[in-house]
Amino acid sequence: MINRKTLLELGWILPSIAIPVGMLVAVIVSAFGMNIGVPSQAGTIQPAAIDTTPPFDQPGVLRQVGPNQYEVALIGQVWSFNPRELRVPAGAEVHFVATSRDVIHGLHIEGTNVNVMLIPGRITRQRAVFREPGQYRFVCHEYCGIGHHTMYGTVIVEER
Amino acid sequence: MATARVEVNPSLRTVHRLTGAFIGVALVALAIANVPGILQGYDRAGVDLYPYARPVIQSYYQGLTIHGVMNVLVWTIFFLSGFFLFVTVYALDRPLASTRLGWVAFWIMLAGLILALVAMLTDAASVLYTFYPPLKASPLFYIGLTLIVVGTWFVGANIWMTWRRWRRDHPGQHTPLAVFGTLATFALWTIASVGLAIEMLVLVIPWSLGLTTDIDPLLARTLFWFTGHPIVYFWLLPAYVSWYTMVPRLAGGRLFSEPMARVAFLLFVLYSIPVGLHHQFSDPGLGGGIKLVHTFMTFAVFFPSLLTYFNISASIETGARWRGGTGWISWVRHVPWGNPALTGQIMGMFLFVPGGIGGLTNASYNVNQAVHNTTWVVGHFHLTVGGAVTLTFMATTYWLIPYLTGRALWGRRLAVAQPILFFVGMTIWSETMHRLGLAYMPRRTYITQAPYVPEEWRDPMILLGIGATGMIIGGLLYFFIIIMTLVVSREPAQVEVPLPRPGVESKHEHVPALLDRWRPWLIGSLVLIAIAYGPVFYQLLTHVSTVPGQSGLW
Ligand code: HEM
Ligand SMILES: [Cu+2]
Ligand SMILES: [Cu+2]
Repeated sequence: MINRKTLLELGWILPSIAIPVGMLVAVIVSAFGMNIGVPSQAGTIQPAAIDTTPPFDQPGVLRQVGPNQYEVALIGQVWSFNPRELRVPAGAEVHFVATSRDVIHGLHIEGTNVNVMLIPGRITRQRAVFREPGQYRFVCHEYCGIGHHTMYGTVIVEER
Repeated sequence: MATARVEVNPSLRTVHRLTGAFIGVALVALAIANVPGILQGYDRAGVDLYPYARPVIQSYYQGLTIHGVMNVLVWTIFFLSGFFLFVTVYALDRPLASTRLGWVAFWIMLAGLILALVAMLTDAASVLYTFYPPLKASPLFYIGLTLIVVGTWFVGANIWMTWRRWRRDHPGQHTPLAVFGTLATFALWTIASVGLAIEMLVLVIPWSLGLTTDIDPLLARTLFWFTGHPIVYFWLLPAYVSWYTMVPRLAGGRLFSEPMARVAFLLFVLYSIPVGLHHQFSDPGLGGGIKLVHTFMTFAVFFPSLLTYFNISASIETGARWRGGTGWISWVRHVPWGNPALTGQIMGMFLFVPGGIGGLTNASYNVNQAVHNTTWVVGHFHLTVGGAVTLTFMATTYWLIPYLTGRALWGRRLAVAQPILFFVGMTIWSETMHRLGLAYMPRRTYITQAPYVPEEWRDPMILLGIGATGMIIGGLLYFFIIIMTLVVSREPAQVEVPLPRPGVESKHEHVPALLDRWRPWLIGSLVLIAIAYGPVFYQLLTHVSTVPGQSGLW
């Protein structure tokens, strides 16, 4: 028996199901079809061992890991990033490998998907492609103590 | 059965002092919380007021800790405890199973609050309300917050026992919707709070006392968010109970569909817990696949809010039509806007719409990376807990405080303007916070002292100042009205508890048996938790990584 009330309810409920399902499909397509991922398991590391464990023994040094692919280590510590400045070639795929020396920090590089947490004891990996040459600011966005707001750096993307 | 409840059973009055005590503490907490709120509001507008606050507030982050803890852990939880105890008593028309247990809960929670407040005010716990280890605060802070949680278990137990007795005396009757929603809230909260309890009792408190030296920050964080998402339903569902049971009557109508309301509450029991990883999409050490599962579950828990939106709108419309409203949209004029207890709640509902939609964005797995830890998120939860929940609770006090004290609300017109002003301020402020978030402005940051603020943030920051001013005046007006009511008002209050009267605002709708049973839904909830969190905790416990605590960083 379909009366007016039932029709009204259906008219609301069906889109209410369809919209989230549509969004979920979009997320799945972008995650697997376009390979836009979030950080996943990437290993553990003791903060005390950071300075002697590659790649963290050479933070900020670009290492080529494939055709037009680079890897670079970054360390968060109170209240600065090591390095504060990073140079990468335009158009390359850059894999950031990061961790924290003390408390939880954040790392957000403007204009990229590198918006991640740096947790002491864990390694964070995320990749980014900087298409346009220029300067990209990155900031710590997790409270890490009284100097938190001074913790930032710059990625300099160079024409090649 | 009576058709109208005119005379109130005098034995119900024993709950008045208890509810009054909880709500009194809640209001004091709200006032304390928003002193730093004002400072933060202007800091985001580029005006640094902290140098003037120094004798009391040492730093931006001490203030932010007080703002977060006192707003979302104290104002909300104390208010809802008092509110739910009151609703249970009045909807079941019988006194609490144990008024003494109610007071025990109150004193435990108050003791916890005082401990935490001492730690925060002495700058010994400036770790924000999420207190992520390895930042290490004074043990008083953690013990205090834990006591508040323990107190809520006693509140829940009391309500449960009261309901059991009612059931024994009324075999075969459906639980009234208000109590049904209350029980659903405490059911999900009791399960959900286990995460926080383990984090505190097993990891954080022993560590802060020096009994252990190292801690696994990711494990602690994951336990925190196990509780940290469902806690938002602990704040929100009391507002839903009010929207479902009291708003229809305040609007002069009745609830559109009671079975649909029960479905909504049960879906919260089912889906509100296995979603916590949507706060941890950007964390290392957790699998990408399981994060996607939590996205899926979060989308599912959005559904009952959509049901609510429809049901409540239809109920308000019913009321307006009964009052003579006609047409597609012009019935809106027949909503009794002059009643502040209603207008405040409707303003809250308006804020909840963009709040809920933004929440879906946050929960969208990789899309989250566009907004995570930016001011977008702060804009989002000020719409939900800071807007919808807070305005609903405030509006509730517009009938509840007169009811409890016998004094008529002072300044009714002002009380209608108050939520509207807050709503307008919040709309401007929150929209701008969202926009600045998309321009990468970080949250939890002393912006006036940050060396990296780009020019493009400057103009929107002026709007933040304007919006915050509206919120602040709306907030001050609220306290002014309440204080005048308590101190100046001499007129006797003529208010009733706006619970639906059987047969008038509540239809005798058929309620399917499955919607009046708990066990299948609780089992379903546990199964979903096992699916969503089993792999997470297995992975964490097989890859423990502990680090030393850090104190003295603020
Ligand atoms: C006058 C009204 C208010 C103003 C101007 C205000 C302002 C702010 C600002 C600017 C922040 C961001 C600070 C930052 O991330 O650096 C903030 C954070 C926050 N606010 Fe409010 N707020 C107000 C009312 C409320 C209310 C009523 C609630 C909840 C009931 C609330 C809950 C929170 C929470 C939970 C945070 C996050 C704290 C954290 O990140 O640790 N606020 N508020
Ligand atoms: Cu930081
Ligand atoms: Cu959440």
